[in-house]
Amino acid sequence: MITSILRPPPIIARMAFFAVLFGAWEWASRMGMVSRFIAPPPSEVLPAISLLYHDNELVTRFLRTFGQVFAASGIGAGLGMIIGWWLHHNKNAGRAFTDWFAAIAAAPLVLLFPLFLVLFGRNASTIIAMGAVAVLPPIILKTKEGLDHVPHVLINVGRTFNLTRWQYIHLIMMPASLPTIFTGLRLGLVFALINVVGVEYLIGFGGMGLMIAELGDRFEVAGMYAAILFVVLCSACFFWFTARLETWLLQSR
Amino acid sequence: MMHDTHSTPTLSIQNVSKHFETGKGTVTAVDHVSLDIQQGEFISIIGPSGCGKSTLMNMIGGLITEYDGSILLDGKPVRGCQPEIGMVFQEESTFPWRTALDNVAFPLEAGGVPKDKRHVRAHELLDLVGLTGFENHFPSELSGGMRQRIAIARTLAFQPRILLMDEPFAALDEQTRLLLGDKVVQIQQKLKQTTLLITHNIAEAVQLSDRVLIMTFRPGRIKRVVEITLPRPRSSEMVGSEKFAAYVAEIWADLRQEASKGLKETEAAAAH
Repeated sequence: MITSILRPPPIIARMAFFAVLFGAWEWASRMGMVSRFIAPPPSEVLPAISLLYHDNELVTRFLRTFGQVFAASGIGAGLGMIIGWWLHHNKNAGRAFTDWFAAIAAAPLVLLFPLFLVLFGRNASTIIAMGAVAVLPPIILKTKEGLDHVPHVLINVGRTFNLTRWQYIHLIMMPASLPTIFTGLRLGLVFALINVVGVEYLIGFGGMGLMIAELGDRFEVAGMYAAILFVVLCSACFFWFTARLETWLLQSR
Repeated sequence: MMHDTHSTPTLSIQNVSKHFETGKGTVTAVDHVSLDIQQGEFISIIGPSGCGKSTLMNMIGGLITEYDGSILLDGKPVRGCQPEIGMVFQEESTFPWRTALDNVAFPLEAGGVPKDKRHVRAHELLDLVGLTGFENHFPSELSGGMRQRIAIARTLAFQPRILLMDEPFAALDEQTRLLLGDKVVQIQQKLKQTTLLITHNIAEAVQLSDRVLIMTFRPGRIKRVVEITLPRPRSSEMVGSEKFAAYVAEIWADLRQEASKGLKETEAAAAH
């Protein structure tokens, strides 16, 4: 009995964590320990989500943001896998450039937004390009890593069966490296979401990021927190969805 | 060469040598090895670690194409992977993302055989290796011995005329190894499959083979060929027989000298 209380199931532990977090937030706000203008209590923030829906075109903005995230992810993933394959295939290029991409992955790429603003203008192209740039490094690195680590014996099996080049790629190399590539894809999708919302906020254009900026400018603090909370929830759902997709894809390789 | 027959050997290895360039100079892994294998024969190659057994196997299988000498299949020179020669590897080689059935059907899928036909064939082969009922299991759900049987069935699906096995049971415990030896004997007898086995295990070589080739430690040469005249069909029950023990002792007497050389060289290298 005591053990089951000390070691609750993960879902119960998660719910309890959020209950404590929101409870402490509510209490601190009501007691005046935190100004309502800085952090209004959850009892004001949560109802504001419905106001976002009615007054701020939540669905339209959500679709706009996630459309841009998917466009950026698609472009970044496609290009990243091609570059990753090239770095794997061309050993000299791999030795020369892999460290660069690792360094780029650690850089705050969102700071490049003025350059992209000049190149593409204040429109969706800038946001998608910035998202795609964020997706590239993890996809490139994980694609190369996945392909580099395909067990040599599986490659030899393919050779003994006289596979064609295309069969060798789609029957052995891709399925064998898919778990690692998918790790890069999940990281890339999260980076894309961060960059897209961030750039929307910075350049005042697009969906959710722009909505957060507008609510902040109007001092609708509860609405702003509700929008942030909504983006966090969407991000969590997004992460869960990619995890399910990964499981499904790995099973159907 | 060693086998007393006038027919053209199925596989003929003639004066094959392989040298590797290393940081310490040229190393001769295989030195002027010649061997004829007749259709349906089971031959084992045994030797100490580093004697070039696997290198020889990879040359025959076509994974190594740069070597001196020639390899003939039905009297015709071949170099590179051939559909007539199938290989089973020492390492785990099943595809973890495919079920047992789809692993076995893999070469047929690559060869463009329709799904229903390749699955019928894969079912037959899984039955042959004693894995009926495990068709939809993934390799991670099976034991090491079962995974190696899947690898054997997959290679047989390609219907190779010559089956090369590079220490396929090396990672298994002794009991499983003996029982799988029985299974290999049954398959070989049923299919009359020409088979070349690389092994470290003397008992396994005696249990399975018509001839056992003992290789020298570096450079790898054929030191001696021992003809195994134990009656067939054979099984692991023979392991306790007097004649079986005599063959094991005979092979070990030759192998011991080579293994000692290998051990001394390894220790000397470690000391430096």
